[in-house]
Amino acid sequence: MALEREKHLAERSLLTLTETELQDMYRMMVLIRRFEDKVAEMYMRGKITGFCHLYAGEEAVAVGAIRALYDKDYVVSTYREHGHCLAKGASPKRVMAELFGKATGVSRGRGGSMHLFDAELRFMGGYAIVGGGLPLAAGLGLSIQYKEEPEIVCCFFGDGAIPQGAFHETLNLASLWKLPVVFICENNFYGMGTLTQRAICQQELYRFAQPYNIPGVRVDGMDVLEVYAATVEAAAHAREGHGPYLIEAVTYRFRGHSMSDPAEYRSKREERIWQERDPIKRFRRRLIERRISAATLDQIDREVDAEIEEAVRFADESPDPDVSEVTKYVYVDA
Amino acid sequence: MAQMSYREALNLALREEMDRDERVFIMGEEVGYFGGAFKVTDGLLAIFGEKRVRDTPISELTLVGAGVGAAMGGLRPIVELMTVNFGLLAMDQIVNHAAKIHYMFGGQAKVPLVIRAPQGGGHQLGAQHSQSLEAYFLHCPGLRVAIPAMPADAKGLLKTAIRDENPVVFLEHESLYSVKGEVPEDEDYLVPFGKANILRPGSDATIVSYSKCVHDALKAAEELEERGIDVEVIDLRTLNPLDIDTVVESVKKTGAVVVVYEGWRTGGAGAEIASRIYEAAFDSLDAPIERVASLDVPMPYNRYLEAAALPKVEDIVRAVERVV
Repeated sequence: MALEREKHLAERSLLTLTETELQDMYRMMVLIRRFEDKVAEMYMRGKITGFCHLYAGEEAVAVGAIRALYDKDYVVSTYREHGHCLAKGASPKRVMAELFGKATGVSRGRGGSMHLFDAELRFMGGYAIVGGGLPLAAGLGLSIQYKEEPEIVCCFFGDGAIPQGAFHETLNLASLWKLPVVFICENNFYGMGTLTQRAICQQELYRFAQPYNIPGVRVDGMDVLEVYAATVEAAAHAREGHGPYLIEAVTYRFRGHSMSDPAEYRSKREERIWQERDPIKRFRRRLIERRISAATLDQIDREVDAEIEEAVRFADESPDPDVSEVTKYVYVDA
Repeated sequence: MAQMSYREALNLALREEMDRDERVFIMGEEVGYFGGAFKVTDGLLAIFGEKRVRDTPISELTLVGAGVGAAMGGLRPIVELMTVNFGLLAMDQIVNHAAKIHYMFGGQAKVPLVIRAPQGGGHQLGAQHSQSLEAYFLHCPGLRVAIPAMPADAKGLLKTAIRDENPVVFLEHESLYSVKGEVPEDEDYLVPFGKANILRPGSDATIVSYSKCVHDALKAAEELEERGIDVEVIDLRTLNPLDIDTVVESVKKTGAVVVVYEGWRTGGAGAEIASRIYEAAFDSLDAPIERVASLDVPMPYNRYLEAAALPKVEDIVRAVERVV
């Protein structure tokens, strides 16, 4: 799937990242998985409503990529963005509170699952129009270039965005103007229920970089180190003024498109094959090979569980937004 | 004060604001080397360079979206759409993104973006190049809509738009670019949003209008004066915010209203204006409100057909005669 070079870079990352960094990456992947499992439970209990798209199975992409960024780099995401928001450093309490629609949520209860935002962390939003975030990422890249700042933008989107005009327009413009944007396509093989083979003329999505005259690579999106290593390279390329970069991370969502989708268009066998490639289990095995003890990792698991329980408690106890403020934030007050 | 055209007034506003604030820049199709499809940005490239006067590919969706992103990143972009008709390709970024970002993220982000677009018919450009689409933008909360009729307002409203913290759709009428008028040269000449202008006081009837139709309304008022009908003409200048108070004050005095606009009659801005008047001043009206607007047809090419589709001075005169 991925090229030999990417595998090699991943192996090297295992050696160059410190033990603490590796543990942090593991912790974040487990945090996202447990968070999403809890969200599913809360959805079933009616605490969370509306559309809700879970990230379970794809953790290696968000964690690997965002670990390769600097704190002040921007992240732009989609409606399947809980993982990206958490990986950028958002408080699980405030993200859970947003899903509960509470005033303490990251978007003050106005956004919900699909519209998380954290200005301080430069997590620049989840957008629920497929491909909608790409032009915004180009614009943020333009603002960086214009002000001659050292940051870059990391823009996540799914395979479903590839056939959108916004993808092609944005790659053309970003390449033309050499904007510092790393585009990361999370190819999970399905745009809702439609297999990419039935929607896109080219199955190796990273090849869409070539007509736009920018580098493109495919990585194993179930391998956090491979995503990390590729993003380190892409980020350096963008930061040094060479323009955008396209990464295709091949991954799989362990649940349906949204909470209302039982994913009957996928076979059980297919799901089992991908479950066996679970990015968290694989990373855990490699960390143990790297002599991080199972006990240490178990301890992380327990800490994460407690953190998630605390997030749910916080969300549940938080107040709803004040209904008298329903028209607040339509306009910026003069 | 200086005599200048609507086009020159816009150009002056752009120059002054770009001089005043390094964060202000303009991008769009043909805004640089070509000088703007309607020459509004003429000469700006020579003064400010390619960084701040940016020619773009023909990608309206991404052009507006990049403006939204740049605004979120702390700049103050002006995006010129060659005409409003092409802006329809960018509606996702205007309606789903620019208009909602401040609200749906709980006030954390703002989008101080100006989208300038020429619009309007009257030049035999056919169905896809003659539309007046202000109602589409007026319909959407989160956007401001400015639509000047006079050169002085073109300058003052554009400067206000550039300094505003919200996304502003700034609609210019293609027939007005060469219209001349007195324009203040003061660099801080700002026309506030939400403040209508009474261009001509009168006691018998009120004509409420905006953009090019204001000029037709003034001509109609002159004709009506000869027939002994004293008409007040109000130029709204911005549709969002809408200065309904000034209109209602006038209606209370005259008791008769004609709303004049170039958009399609059905679902046009005139419907909203009329409704607001009915809600606030029904008892003051001596006759039902009249709307003078374009016919509900795609704009035809033939000059006689086009003239038949657009609102005319005589239509306004007849409408006023019906309500007084």
